[in-house]
Amino acid sequence: MLDYQVFLQQLITGLSNGMIIALIAIGYTMVYGIIELINFAHGDVFMLGAFLALTLLGALGMEAWGPTGQVFGVLLMLIGSAVFCGGLNWSLDRLAYRALRKSSKLSLLVSAIGCSFVCMNLGLFWGGVPMKVFADGNSAAAPKDFPAIIPQINLLGDGFLRITPADLLVFAVTIPLMVALTFMVKRTRLGRAMRAVAQDPTAASLMGIPVDRVIGATFFIGGALGGFASVIYSLYNNTIGFQMGTRAGLDAFTAAVLGGIGSLPGAVLGGLTIGCVRSMSDQYLETRWTNTIVFCILVLILIFRPSGLLGSNRREKV
Amino acid sequence: MTMRWRPGPIFIILAIAAFIPLLDQVLPAKMQLSEAIRGVFLYAILALGLNVVTGYAGLLNLGIAAFMAIGAYTFGILTCEIYPFQLGFWPAIALTIPIGALAGFILGAPTLGLRGDYLAIVTLGFGEIVQDVLKNLDVVTKGTQGINPLPAPNFGGGEWTAEDEYKWYYLFFVLLVLTVLAIRNLERSRLGRAWFSIREDEIASRSMGIRVERIKMIAFATAAAIAAFAGGLSASVLSSTGEPSNYDFQISILALCIVIVGGIGSIAGVLVGALVMVGLNSIVLVKATAWMAAHGIGGQGNVLLSPNNWKYLIFGLALILAVRLKPNGLLPPRIERAHK
Repeated sequence: MLDYQVFLQQLITGLSNGMIIALIAIGYTMVYGIIELINFAHGDVFMLGAFLALTLLGALGMEAWGPTGQVFGVLLMLIGSAVFCGGLNWSLDRLAYRALRKSSKLSLLVSAIGCSFVCMNLGLFWGGVPMKVFADGNSAAAPKDFPAIIPQINLLGDGFLRITPADLLVFAVTIPLMVALTFMVKRTRLGRAMRAVAQDPTAASLMGIPVDRVIGATFFIGGALGGFASVIYSLYNNTIGFQMGTRAGLDAFTAAVLGGIGSLPGAVLGGLTIGCVRSMSDQYLETRWTNTIVFCILVLILIFRPSGLLGSNRREKV
Repeated sequence: MTMRWRPGPIFIILAIAAFIPLLDQVLPAKMQLSEAIRGVFLYAILALGLNVVTGYAGLLNLGIAAFMAIGAYTFGILTCEIYPFQLGFWPAIALTIPIGALAGFILGAPTLGLRGDYLAIVTLGFGEIVQDVLKNLDVVTKGTQGINPLPAPNFGGGEWTAEDEYKWYYLFFVLLVLTVLAIRNLERSRLGRAWFSIREDEIASRSMGIRVERIKMIAFATAAAIAAFAGGLSASVLSSTGEPSNYDFQISILALCIVIVGGIGSIAGVLVGALVMVGLNSIVLVKATAWMAAHGIGGQGNVLLSPNNWKYLIFGLALILAVRLKPNGLLPPRIERAHK
């Protein structure tokens, strides 16, 4: 392949993965924006969404469905995982975080780390379910193959570049979601309530806003986006494992910080940047150094521009 | 004014620990405790380090295992016969302390100005990167094989082997006691009070003339030095650095569980926390696995029947429940925290 052909191909991969990272990053940024908590468990909620998708796929035998049936199957997985992840994220807030609203930020963060570990363990158990898609439950900890029910063809024929239906799916799912989310935050009552709570929870509750319910809704929406992301991630990368949440979470958090935490367009910009950096590093450097590079970006951004690329400069309150 | 000396909880715990090997003489071979308790000592040292930065100075460090790895590899490179240095046990273990502090300084200098939660993420990322670098720089670190064999101390008749269980036990015990004494003195010094002060209120401390960045830096480097020391000890007793993933996020979280469950900011709490958490991790789970294997339960088939598979759940629930039900831990520090 020609030099610039390789470059463009990596750019496509990078943008597709970047959109997925962005969708996860939005979950971090929304929760951080509203209660200043790095929701450590978010990456693991995402992981469990992928496990649910694989379970649905296996239980309903989607591999045998025809092309139209599989379109329906993908929709079913998207909705199933979104509702599941949203509900799970909401329950984490309800059970573990809500009681700690008045405690120090450190306790809240420690509790989130605890939730992350609990979810990771649930993923490990899930991998041991005796189903064909989980290799009959043998070696629960091993990564699982996610069947490629989307045809692996090149839409451009024998063209110069390779764009697969999976690439299209990523954009077809992420872009409408992001538009809808932006609309929701900017234009609806719930969105206005969220922005009010983010700015000042006490004042918001004095204005009659049910603060806890708004925070719960934020967790649900953030989790649901993670659920959508988990399905397209699985269909795009075709392998899932119970430890994938940590890596995905770290990438997505880096993306959120890079774009400016609390900012939705920032999360998208950050996600795309991280996705492209990863694919370029895989191609032009070495895959084994990619994680190191992403981490160095995180540190450099935090040191030189802690408010991120698009974030507003908020000072820590006394 | 005279004050009667009364034994505090730290003294009582350590005094009991000193007699475990004697107890082993009368216990049946299957219930020997000293080897497991030695592991408790090691993690207690590590967690005491974490307690300095997280408990005293209030900075959440999620990458303490990285400094343990740095200590272990420092010890390995300084002593192993394939490298030019070939120091003995004592000089090498002593050198892990300044090198650990230096590593803490290198990570801390640019990042300590960050807010607490960002700092936590940076330390977490650092923990991952140190593993990656150790794995990828295999020319120097031997990659996943680890560096071995490594020397043991050699006083009292030749170099120690794994057979000399009680020598190792008392070595770890004495080093733990020394660490406890050092930290107790720090806690009561001007520096320790400055740590408490910035934990409670950074802005107020700054206006009282405390140089916040510098004091944080010292806490960070102290923790890193103690963790590196623990890493060197662990490499020596195993005679190998082990593979880089032996120092993964799980270890950092184990140390955090010890501090949170035991009592954040309390030395006695950390000792009790180490007994509870490491006891669960390397005594209860290991014995349960052995017992189930002996009775033909479990094996490869069922994921739920392997006690090791419950580790994340136990650590996770320990953190959630401790924060919720006993926010000050099992043995809280005597100094009351300011109400927030």
